[in-house]
Amino acid sequence: MEAARSASASPRPQAGPTPLFGAYGIVKRFGGFTANDGVDLEIRAGEIHALLGENGAGKSTLMKILYGLLEPTEGVVTHQGDIVQLPNPDAARRLGIGMVFQHFSLCENLTVAENIALVMPRDFSGRALADRIAKLGIDYGLHLEPDRPVWSLSAGERQRIEIVRCLLQDPKLVILDEPTSVLTPGEAEVLFSVLERLRAEGRALLYISHRLDEVRRLCVRATILRAGKVVSACNPREETARSLAAMMVGSAVREVTVRGGGAVGRERLALDRLALPAPGLHATALRDVSLSVAGGEILGIAGIAGNGQAELFAALSGEVRAADPASVRLDGAPVGDLGITARRRLGAAFVPEERNGHAAAPAMSLSENALLSRHSTAPLTRFGLLRPGAARALAQRVITAFDVRKAGPDPAAGTLSGGNLQKFVVGREILAEPGTLVINQPTWGVDAAAAAHIRQAVIDLAARGTAILVISQDLDELFELAGSIAVLHDGTLSAAVPAAETTREAIGLLMGGSSDAAPAPAH
Amino acid sequence: MRLDLVPRTRRSAVLDILAPALAFVAAVLIGGLVVAALGVSPSAAFVTYFVAPLSEVWSLQEIALKAAPLALIATGLAFCYRADLWNIGAEGQFVVGGLAGGWVGVATHGSGDAPWILPAMLAAGALAGAAYALIPAVLKVRLGVSEILTSLMLVYVAQLLLDYMVRGPLRDPAGYNFPQSVGFDPAARLPYLMEGETLHAGVLVALAAVGLATFVLARTLFGFAVRVVGASPRAARFAGFSDARLTLSVFAISGGAAGLAGIVEVAGKIGQLQPEISPGYGFTAIIVAFLGRLSPPGILVAALVIALTTIGGEGAQIDLKLPLDLTRAFQGLLLGLVLGADVFARYHVRIVPGGPSGRTAS
Amino acid sequence: MTLDIVQMVLVTVLAAATPLILAGLGELVAERSGVLNLGVEGMMIFGAAVSFALAMQTGSTLLGALGGAGAGLGLAALFGLLTVGLAANQVASGLSLTILGLGLSGLVGANYVGIKRDPAPHLAIPGLTDLPGIGRLLFGQDAFVYTAVALVAAVSWFLWRTRAGLTLRAIGDDPVATHALGLKVRRVRFLSVLFGGACAGLGGAYLALAYTPFWSPGMTAGRGWIALALVVFASWRPLRVAAGALLFGGATVLQLHAQAAGLGLPGQLLSALPYLATILALVLLSLGRRQGGSLAPAALGRVFTPSR
Repeated sequence: MEAARSASASPRPQAGPTPLFGAYGIVKRFGGFTANDGVDLEIRAGEIHALLGENGAGKSTLMKILYGLLEPTEGVVTHQGDIVQLPNPDAARRLGIGMVFQHFSLCENLTVAENIALVMPRDFSGRALADRIAKLGIDYGLHLEPDRPVWSLSAGERQRIEIVRCLLQDPKLVILDEPTSVLTPGEAEVLFSVLERLRAEGRALLYISHRLDEVRRLCVRATILRAGKVVSACNPREETARSLAAMMVGSAVREVTVRGGGAVGRERLALDRLALPAPGLHATALRDVSLSVAGGEILGIAGIAGNGQAELFAALSGEVRAADPASVRLDGAPVGDLGITARRRLGAAFVPEERNGHAAAPAMSLSENALLSRHSTAPLTRFGLLRPGAARALAQRVITAFDVRKAGPDPAAGTLSGGNLQKFVVGREILAEPGTLVINQPTWGVDAAAAAHIRQAVIDLAARGTAILVISQDLDELFELAGSIAVLHDGTLSAAVPAAETTREAIGLLMGGSSDAAPAPAH
Repeated sequence: MRLDLVPRTRRSAVLDILAPALAFVAAVLIGGLVVAALGVSPSAAFVTYFVAPLSEVWSLQEIALKAAPLALIATGLAFCYRADLWNIGAEGQFVVGGLAGGWVGVATHGSGDAPWILPAMLAAGALAGAAYALIPAVLKVRLGVSEILTSLMLVYVAQLLLDYMVRGPLRDPAGYNFPQSVGFDPAARLPYLMEGETLHAGVLVALAAVGLATFVLARTLFGFAVRVVGASPRAARFAGFSDARLTLSVFAISGGAAGLAGIVEVAGKIGQLQPEISPGYGFTAIIVAFLGRLSPPGILVAALVIALTTIGGEGAQIDLKLPLDLTRAFQGLLLGLVLGADVFARYHVRIVPGGPSGRTAS
Repeated sequence: MTLDIVQMVLVTVLAAATPLILAGLGELVAERSGVLNLGVEGMMIFGAAVSFALAMQTGSTLLGALGGAGAGLGLAALFGLLTVGLAANQVASGLSLTILGLGLSGLVGANYVGIKRDPAPHLAIPGLTDLPGIGRLLFGQDAFVYTAVALVAAVSWFLWRTRAGLTLRAIGDDPVATHALGLKVRRVRFLSVLFGGACAGLGGAYLALAYTPFWSPGMTAGRGWIALALVVFASWRPLRVAAGALLFGGATVLQLHAQAAGLGLPGQLLSALPYLATILALVLLSLGRRQGGSLAPAALGRVFTPSR
């Protein structure tokens, strides 16, 4: 790997055959954020190469660069040893690179055949194309009805369109972005046999996933990304799911703060077999989620992104209401059918994952953002009239208590750095002295100092008797904060275990869904 | 070649004011070129358009009378547009408001000078406008029907309804079959503000509406909700503001304002019902709303500017033989330039020379 | 005899429908690519004024018609620059275009008010045109009418039988997905807007050069708005636009006859029917959408700014 990096100007062949495709020294910056930081990757013909990493590790950015959708800030892509330019996906397709998107790039109101025709080279005649689709369907067991509109199809059928569309161009490299994330286990089995077949045909596959079982089953080579950098290249079959998980989440061992048992009070927040259908195609249904958090307790919810965290948060906050009022309880009162304002009035507070546009309106001032979530729980209005002075005072209290750095007296929220805005939105809720606090990704994308400040404030709040639910993908954070941890996988929540009695690896296994502790959906 | 738009992380207050001002200057310059091409001295035209109307009492009153309905309607529309909802049927709501209020005027014709008649007319106008605007709002909330097209279609329906009423049920029986209603009693007319002049109390209604709207948007929780839902819809849901309720509210407000403007025009300037009661106020108000950057004080200024160019245009037609259409073209151009200039306030605009050469060498 | 009366009515209906077909088809293509251009009325009347002025200057109906299409196209280019290039709001930009077009048309047409010109020549094939009953209807129209009819077929063919048409529909359905496939979203949208402008301008030219044939301010009389409604009414299908335009033309003729016959229905109600029908059609369309899919281009009216 080091050799490849130094040779990035004129990549020299590695030991063994020249890689079919290579990416060397790839750097991609978005403004001040570096999504890929000197990434090297080689893909050979006839292999399924895994690209592993947590959400935000830079997998999607790298794959978009390979498909010509993003221009790398630095670095080169090679094809059979020659540097190639990929200004657009057309160029990538001409080189034989095909892509199966995670969030399908299909037009809902066009038919299957039309969606496929969109990227076919030159003319298509409807009949001939339909015949080729049918033939491929028989060959690979990917049956499609060419004249069906896409909106009427299931996720699995949609993915079949993406795969068929890709295969019709006879690609040398197929990039698959989290291909099983929307599939049922049965559909995933069909996919795996197709992938094996493609590999056997001598094609290269780049398989992007965070599901360790799949990767260990399909791939003999894996590149692991963390925070935009390659942290390891290995053979996943020679690794355990445990060691892979450790590489993905980072094995930097941090001192775990073991807090005293604390005076745990009565139950304040409870979910009782909460079930919610998936609100959209790429969303997760919640299945019989039950939990209980007592005053003074911090419950951590671990899990890889996209396993139902957003849906769980929305159900807890009341942004999405449950059919059964009793499935959500605050201090014993059934609130499942109440909206977010009513739940706030009952003493709950919420911090969503996304700061800009969800927890805060970026174009509005900090005092207006104080009003945003506190208009019903602080004396900021009188008979429907705003009290701007009171809102400014509240914002100032948050700013002082949480050391929020900002420019100007009452700036727009969007002008604050990520860490400072996160301190503001967390502080805004904590100063309400809520009885229950639900907080999603408390320190996502936040600098270390701000993260420490936020975690301390959460711990202190629990010590004052608040029930706290922390949803996070950062295991270090959960072990630092939570007294007990449960894992959300595919919309199902495992039983909570005391943090002191479990390990990072055990939780990581549950997150990958690869333990018998996580009920595998039977099919 | 490619045009890249990168959203600005922070909006500059200077750019926010500078952009429309520069757009106005650009429109005046382009207008000057057109005027010169028509063989008229641009400086003379500038004086006629923008200075002369401000120097006489009667033309100042005319400007105020034209600006009042524009400001009133545009202020209402600002609520809709702020919330990212597209009511473009204010013209129809204006007509329905004028018709409903005028009906009260016709029905009370000859019944003396009861003091409740005028307030009843204004209330009927505002309520009818609001109710009419609620049709597209309800269709949107209940069925997801695009409010743009339904509100526009209802404009024509309203105009035809008015046409039918003044030719049929509301026609003045003693009017020699002319398509118009009886003239309203004095009690059904808006009072003049000054003896012997044309300025009537409708101007005060508009001013009050602008003041009220400024207050509501800036200082009430409802106004805050309108602003949040337009700026960050997801944050609005997090704040607990209901989409449906807000949609219905802002449509009712904009329809009510347009309906009120309609009856103000009928009970003020016109004094009876006739087949045409609006010279396109409902559509021009959309320009005004955007020129005023959707803030009520800005709208007041924009309404005055548009009214000034309209009155100035009439003067230019008489004095300089410049066609009235020049004014309309100018107004359209001005709106286009303001919308274009706004992009520069919202985005960093970069022109990228063609091809894949945007790469940095490694 | 009666056959000839039927033919006369049909010829009248077709003439009334032609400008709506032209403008409607252009708007249909723009909307299919996801751009809602509310400036049809402005482009149409500017096309009418420019075409008449040019035809008077050059004496050529053809040049006039081309000039009309060019005028619509020019305004559409401004609109495209604003909405596709600069991501300005489509609704407001379209309205500004309508006002600008109305104003510009008045300027261009100022010197031509009240002048009458010979209408565009009608086809005359000895023998065929004189056929009783159908001769004039089929073989005695002017070039605009044939162009409109041909455009219906051409746009249908383009949208559903060519690759470019498929790309255009895909972009109108989901610009983000099609961008991810590497399709040129903004270029296609801009070209669609231009086509819409040219068609609207041609529709205006028909009014000034063949239908009336003279120039008078405001002569489009809301036909641009009706064309917009027709596109929705037709659920974005070219053949249905033509059918809707004929219905509309028919309603106009019927309205005259109904009033003459003293049917008792107010004429205004008949005139309002198309608008009410459009609202009803929108409601039915959205009820249909609830079962999945939508007939309207899904991305209609949404600006798209690619990131790179």
